[in-house]
Amino acid sequence: MIPLIVRDSNFYMVQELHFLLNETEISTTAPSGIVALDYLRKNLRLTGTKEGCREGDCGACTVLVGELINNKVSYKSVNSCLMPLGELHGKHLVTIEGLNMSVLSPIQKAIVDKGATQCGFCTPGIVVSLTGYTIKGNRLTKEGFKKTLGGHLCRCTGYRSLKQGFDAIKEHISSESGVKSHVEKGIIPEYFLNIPARLARISEKSSGKVETPAEFVIAGGTDLYVQKGDILPYSRIDLLNTHPEMKNIVRKNNLLHVGALITFEEFSNHPEVIKAVPAIREYISLIASTQIRNRATLGGNIINASPIADVAILLLAMESTLILKNDNSMRSLPITSFYKGYKQLDKTPSEILAEIIFPIPDSATRINWEKVSKRKYLDVASVNCALKIKGEGGIIKKIHIAMGGVAPIPLFLKNTCDYFLGKQITRNAIEGAFPILQNEISPIDDIRGSSQYKRLLARQLIIAHFTRLFPEAVKVKDFYGPN
Amino acid sequence: MDRIDAASHTRGESLFVDDMPQPAGMLYASVFFSPVMHGNIQRLCLQDARSVKGVVAVLTWENIPGENQIGSIIQDEELLAQRKVHYIGQPVAVVVAESTEIARKAAKMISIEIEELPAVTDPKEAFEKGCIIDTPRTFVLGDVDSMWQKCDLVLEGTCDTGGQEHVYLETQRARATPLEGNNIRIYSSTQSPSAVQHHAAKILGLASHNIEVEVKRLGGGFGGKEDQATPWACIAALVARVTQRPVELVLQRADDMKMTGKRHPYKSDFKIGATKEGIIIAYEVKHYQNSGATADLSTAVLERTMFHSTNCYYIPHVRIFGVCCRTNLPSNTAFRGFGAPQGMFAIESALTKVAEKLHLPREEIQVKNLLAERKEFPYGQRAEHCSIRTVWESAETNYQFQKIRKQVLHFNQSHFETKKGLAVMPVCFGISFTTTYMNQASALVHIYTDGSVSISTGGVEMGQGLITNITTIAATALGINPGRIKVECTNTTRIANMSPSAASSTTLLNGNALLIAINQILDRLKTLLAQELSVFEKEKISIMNEKVFVDAHDTGWAWNQLIHAAHQKRICLSAHGFFATPKIYFDKTKEKGRPFAYHVYGAAIVEITLDCLRGSYDIDSVKIVHDLGRPLSKIVDRAQIEGGLAQGLGWMALEDLRFNEKGQLLSRDLATYKVPDAHFMPDNIEIEFLQNEKGTLGPYGSKAVGEPPFMYGIGVFFAIRDAMRAFRPENDFNFTSPLIPERILLQLYPEYIKQTLDKNKNLSG
Repeated sequence: MIPLIVRDSNFYMVQELHFLLNETEISTTAPSGIVALDYLRKNLRLTGTKEGCREGDCGACTVLVGELINNKVSYKSVNSCLMPLGELHGKHLVTIEGLNMSVLSPIQKAIVDKGATQCGFCTPGIVVSLTGYTIKGNRLTKEGFKKTLGGHLCRCTGYRSLKQGFDAIKEHISSESGVKSHVEKGIIPEYFLNIPARLARISEKSSGKVETPAEFVIAGGTDLYVQKGDILPYSRIDLLNTHPEMKNIVRKNNLLHVGALITFEEFSNHPEVIKAVPAIREYISLIASTQIRNRATLGGNIINASPIADVAILLLAMESTLILKNDNSMRSLPITSFYKGYKQLDKTPSEILAEIIFPIPDSATRINWEKVSKRKYLDVASVNCALKIKGEGGIIKKIHIAMGGVAPIPLFLKNTCDYFLGKQITRNAIEGAFPILQNEISPIDDIRGSSQYKRLLARQLIIAHFTRLFPEAVKVKDFYGPN
Repeated sequence: MDRIDAASHTRGESLFVDDMPQPAGMLYASVFFSPVMHGNIQRLCLQDARSVKGVVAVLTWENIPGENQIGSIIQDEELLAQRKVHYIGQPVAVVVAESTEIARKAAKMISIEIEELPAVTDPKEAFEKGCIIDTPRTFVLGDVDSMWQKCDLVLEGTCDTGGQEHVYLETQRARATPLEGNNIRIYSSTQSPSAVQHHAAKILGLASHNIEVEVKRLGGGFGGKEDQATPWACIAALVARVTQRPVELVLQRADDMKMTGKRHPYKSDFKIGATKEGIIIAYEVKHYQNSGATADLSTAVLERTMFHSTNCYYIPHVRIFGVCCRTNLPSNTAFRGFGAPQGMFAIESALTKVAEKLHLPREEIQVKNLLAERKEFPYGQRAEHCSIRTVWESAETNYQFQKIRKQVLHFNQSHFETKKGLAVMPVCFGISFTTTYMNQASALVHIYTDGSVSISTGGVEMGQGLITNITTIAATALGINPGRIKVECTNTTRIANMSPSAASSTTLLNGNALLIAINQILDRLKTLLAQELSVFEKEKISIMNEKVFVDAHDTGWAWNQLIHAAHQKRICLSAHGFFATPKIYFDKTKEKGRPFAYHVYGAAIVEITLDCLRGSYDIDSVKIVHDLGRPLSKIVDRAQIEGGLAQGLGWMALEDLRFNEKGQLLSRDLATYKVPDAHFMPDNIEIEFLQNEKGTLGPYGSKAVGEPPFMYGIGVFFAIRDAMRAFRPENDFNFTSPLIPERILLQLYPEYIKQTLDKNKNLSG
């Protein structure tokens, strides 16, 4: 085998990773910063996992990662092109090779029967994703199936034949789910039954100590690997996911405490979050793909400081407070004062974002989140906007609006909010906000759209919020209908 | 029959170039390319890259032993830039190292000094500056100039049609291995193995027989690997020759997007004249093709644009002007439809303008002007077996078009900010390479003594289902089980002088060559059988279900027995077949001829819902009637129709290819360049096959299906426009594609754009 990386001895990390790859136990000293995709294809020559884009947009490299939780292994689909090898320690990595049996699984067969594979390059990733979806234990739905396909690009089929696989697969998978029933039904190979016990033994092994200080701190890595994928394998990295205390969601009185390592999927599926933001599942489906949401963290979305960060925009409107920690201190600050300029944060290099806290809205508070992008799903917004509003008798008592894509930072619209306070919700009141809004934003021309388009969208999304949340008070027709 | 390779695809066991077992000592290449649009290379500094540990070689044009030239139609393209660069992404040097990572890292250490020259990105600007490729062309039918005054209305307009990135899921790649002597074997992801062979030989200063090119399959091609797989394969061959080690070159997605050409953007000016009833009398169009930096296939693409500039309509007076404009962008290239979509978009835009002016639904103008049997195309060919009216009527009847139109009207009356839009997109697409000599193919058939069959053709499997079609044809012709047949990889040592797998003609050409080969063997077998069975007329003998029949009587002879007997009798069980499409020609001096073997017809009804507040839309359904002839495999053909449709919809309404004024690609990866996904594509895609076998030359009455469905996607542009007009009937909308949410919203609310812009001015002033 050709050495994958020429390591500079100064950066050499003494780390031995132990994990299960399909049926095989792996012990390796390969650098933890290389991505699973390269390890599979280059080191092990397992070539069923394909590289289509190296940025989580095509899904051709999808693998399953199983984690032992309460004696059961929970599987998630992830893009192996963005998955640092180091995170696989103690886990079960499943590739297409690990799903193959002597006969085709019902998922593989459905794709063959429906003619849903043409060139075949995207197919293994789709099989892995769909297997992950059925294993998950949720009720299988057409919509869920389509959303799973949403994490994949196929340039040949047009997706209808893939979508039609649903009925064929549904036949084989009743309400009963889980590994045992899947093995019995021939959806996954038998060796899956022994994985929990094998993982339990492996997780006792240590992966060794990472050298500090790290040059890069990685949470989900879903953006960092896109930006710095060429250098991360050669760098000293700290994989945050080894910090279990940052992975909880806890309600304390009227506040929701969300660990910074909570993934988009964990966040949007949590009962407390759904209570606080009832339409969160709908919003989250417009953000990234299942594979990305299984990895991308709330903390990463905030720290990455993209001016268009979908979740940060919501958290700005939710009046969130951030808890920043380093080895010997801890402080809190409102998220509205966290962003200082383009990718500039009120944060020292030694600090990490540990927790996000936001108040749980009362029943009189309404929330809406809007996003417009070229493609509705798995695309970066041209403009996104979140609104939290409390009205009493038609009068705005509290209002928080944040907008992305219109400034160098995810922008809290303070002046616009100030204007709205105490106003009656009417067309005229809303129209009156627009000059202030336009003064408060400063969009630029880029691939997401021209500045004039973003300015128009800013206006439209404010109208969208009010007409969606207060249809009894204002309608789109009031703004654009004949006078 | 299932697709031949489907099961192995789902298991991840189908091998692409870099999935094959690696030979020992393999090297990896990475390409250093021009960072500027246009300029003279002053200095190229390779020392830093060469000194990186693990780097084996850094090669430039000086290492090319043969001719540094890969232009296919016109010799204007260097493999590695010599003195000048013409676009960002133009290969300049190749770094070869022990790993891809090292090669990439070292490539970043190359520095280049370039004296920048003025550059151009706009085709009309290039035309005005005289930057054109080849000479402009003009097709004429009737006399447009004398007709304008006889029209009730004459309208003019401009189309600005966007480009399109292929996004084959498998990026460009090749592997080359030095063999003994001067020989090199290349594994390439190419639609055109012979082009790779020819150019690699030229680059290396060798004969074609020194280069063996093998292609197992492509992870998608769509035209993007017709001409533009060649440079990467040639680079691999060059490295293998210089280093005498095997080498692999795989482009990462972002590099592929930057370095390779795309569908040609066009600017088209049209003028259309009609009666007040909507009968089109005259049509003039000028197509300015943005060809990019080199000729590549641009002249052929332009030609197909011109052939399809009146789509499926008969217009008695037509003048079509077309010119390839040289710009400083990566050289644009073949892409499914090959120029026809741009030509059709212009005529559809012009018809729309007429319909809107006359306050008639678009489809009324379309149906009034449909092509009919024996009517003349502007290039001289007459429509034969023209089924467009049958297609149109089946679409109207089967999908109850008038009812849908009423429902849309009703919906739009009862909804304010949500509007539905509807459009019909009929298509007439000519089948053949328009370069007549390319319409030829060969096949090689071996039957082994155990009765198994090996087939080689010049066709490349790229997801279109070729090997399934070839297997079906062979199994049907031989009368045996498809399981006995193996379609081999495509290899230049077995099949010489292949035309590319392109022009929707791969099954037609190679399938017919295959039938010719098989018939030679069958004839020998039947001669033998006639002797053995004492049958005088061998035409009475047939093989079906692996058994030999005389008339309808089972003779008791089975396939295995027959083959064994033939071998014992020293009868040749191999044959080579050659096919050339008959009766096609084109005279470029007159711009008249019969370039197409036949035409494929179809129509699609596209329905969308537009959110007029946000500018975003959903495609609700696409309902198609497609004249397919007798399909060899419905599962293959249906997949081709749906896949073509998806790309067409994406091209018209989603895929936003953008360069900035410095020629840098802004839509540079799959995060910034979005292609259709499972949500974008409608769940409701209906297809009605019209099985009109007349006129086709396809094996067993089959018709070409690769490209025509792409153009159904054009309907989405006019469906969205239909909805926009329902919301803002008074606004004037342009014909700029893709019609992305930004373009929709800005055109729905021009008054607010002005307002916000004025405010901005006030702020800055």
